[in-house]
Amino acid sequence: MSGRIVHIASNTFREAVRDRVLYNLVAFALLMSGAAVLVGQISIGIERLVVINLGLTAVSLFGIVIAIFIGIGLVSKEIEKRTLYTVLSRPVRRWEFIVGKFCGLAGTLVVNTFFMAIGVFGALLYVSHHFQRADGWVLVALYFIILQFLIITALALLFSSFSSPLLAAVFAFSLFIIGSFAEDLRGFASMTSGVSRWLAFGAAYLVPNFSALNVISSVAHAQPVSAQLIATNTGYALVYVGMALCGAVLIFERRNLK
Amino acid sequence: MKPSRTITIFAGLLLAGCLLASILLQRRLDQERSQATLEEILYVPSPKVLKRLSLGYDGLLADIYWTRAVQYFGGKHHQGAQEYKLLAPLLEITTELDPQLMVAYEFGANFLSAKPPNGAGDPQRAVELVEYGIRQNPNEWRLYYNLGFIYYMELHDYAGAADAFARGSKVPKAHPWLRIMAAQMAQHAGDAKMARMMWTATYESSTDPSIRANAATHLRALQVDEEVSALESIVAQYRQKAGHLPGGFPDLIAAGLLRGVPIDPLGHPYKLTPDGRVEVQSPDDLAFITKGTPPGYVPPKVPKFLPSD
Repeated sequence: MSGRIVHIASNTFREAVRDRVLYNLVAFALLMSGAAVLVGQISIGIERLVVINLGLTAVSLFGIVIAIFIGIGLVSKEIEKRTLYTVLSRPVRRWEFIVGKFCGLAGTLVVNTFFMAIGVFGALLYVSHHFQRADGWVLVALYFIILQFLIITALALLFSSFSSPLLAAVFAFSLFIIGSFAEDLRGFASMTSGVSRWLAFGAAYLVPNFSALNVISSVAHAQPVSAQLIATNTGYALVYVGMALCGAVLIFERRNLK
Repeated sequence: MKPSRTITIFAGLLLAGCLLASILLQRRLDQERSQATLEEILYVPSPKVLKRLSLGYDGLLADIYWTRAVQYFGGKHHQGAQEYKLLAPLLEITTELDPQLMVAYEFGANFLSAKPPNGAGDPQRAVELVEYGIRQNPNEWRLYYNLGFIYYMELHDYAGAADAFARGSKVPKAHPWLRIMAAQMAQHAGDAKMARMMWTATYESSTDPSIRANAATHLRALQVDEEVSALESIVAQYRQKAGHLPGGFPDLIAAGLLRGVPIDPLGHPYKLTPDGRVEVQSPDDLAFITKGTPPGYVPPKVPKFLPSD
């Protein structure tokens, strides 16, 4: 079982790595990190801050774009090219296909983030001339960004399991935006009453909480991130990914592929 | 020539021509549209709305707004502007987006409080900005120092300044200067000694080159003001004794009132005019001086800082 998932994951990884769009986006993110050095020079006293803020924002946004645009094609492309039938005609379960696809793209995103992080740290070294102890928190912010990618990838996969690539992209991107307002949504829900209160709370807890996974601003100010937040965010991301993947598997298992 | 080669050359030349034309037209558009229209607009004036629109990337947006505030102030200052309408809103948006951005409070309060053309001449707004910063960062002693500085230098509210320094002195790891300044304020409020102490503290406690240069320039200006006052009182003393004005510093030296020709902080000798006034040789190099300038002297729009500072 695990061998089959690994095979699908490694094929997905290889396929994603061959995608030229991916390289363009990674190059653009690295360019943004480099541009941060220039932005710092036309301002006062924020060289280091702007490198971290702009660098990590570029890593996060470009990674989300990669996750969505590759994630939505994971299932539909296989159907379109009819390669899915070849895969499923072998002793591969549908859920293994979904999990393998997810692992492959997640691996691609981790490798991408690693290269983009090298760009950020390179720019940081250029402006500061040396690393500080507090720069270690940037790694925590990068870890949270990877958790964001995992959630987005799982959602893209969920939507691509039942809709067209275009709709799946719209759904995933909308959920990313709504998820960035997750804390506000809960705030609005607490102000309502009756049935609408329950509905609002239900919606607020159903959308992914991306705001808790964004600590870019605080690590830019060298503020530490608590171990409790790291543990809670890790647990939350894994549970949410599990939920989205289960949804994708449930839909894909029942989908008529004829 | 092959048709494909002809097309390549034609398309290449057309591309270059269009690029050149678009640059020229863009320049024309910049000239036609007034500068004020381009600069004096805040498309989204609400910091709260901007924070929401940032999708959590508020740190980056704060950096962008801070850079915009710096560029706006720098551009206006370079033109010798008397009005800085957007400065306060830009700083408020910046600090709301990133309440920990210390540099926006420290420099922003200076930009806001200084009299035009060196600043917006709005010390009350500067006080509000720094007070907001203190509420967000109660353990940053530098903010209390900045607050006291505005109260002292711009508002001449010595009680307010003493209170700010006293509050700041209670903050953990506060600079020892704060306690001394809080104590000295009651005794020496409004005199040059206190001002010198404050600029010295600014010079010694800052690592930022522009803040240090500004403090060094103010310290030189205080020294010139004091020396010119002292020299003019010596001239008055001579006139009282001799019944006429001295013809130059040698007369004062011969009368035993001076040991030698006095020199300003830049190393140039002071000038003694026939009507008994003392002037510096190059007032443009000694920004912020209030004494020792020729009658009708208009200082440069942008104060000159020495590279050695």
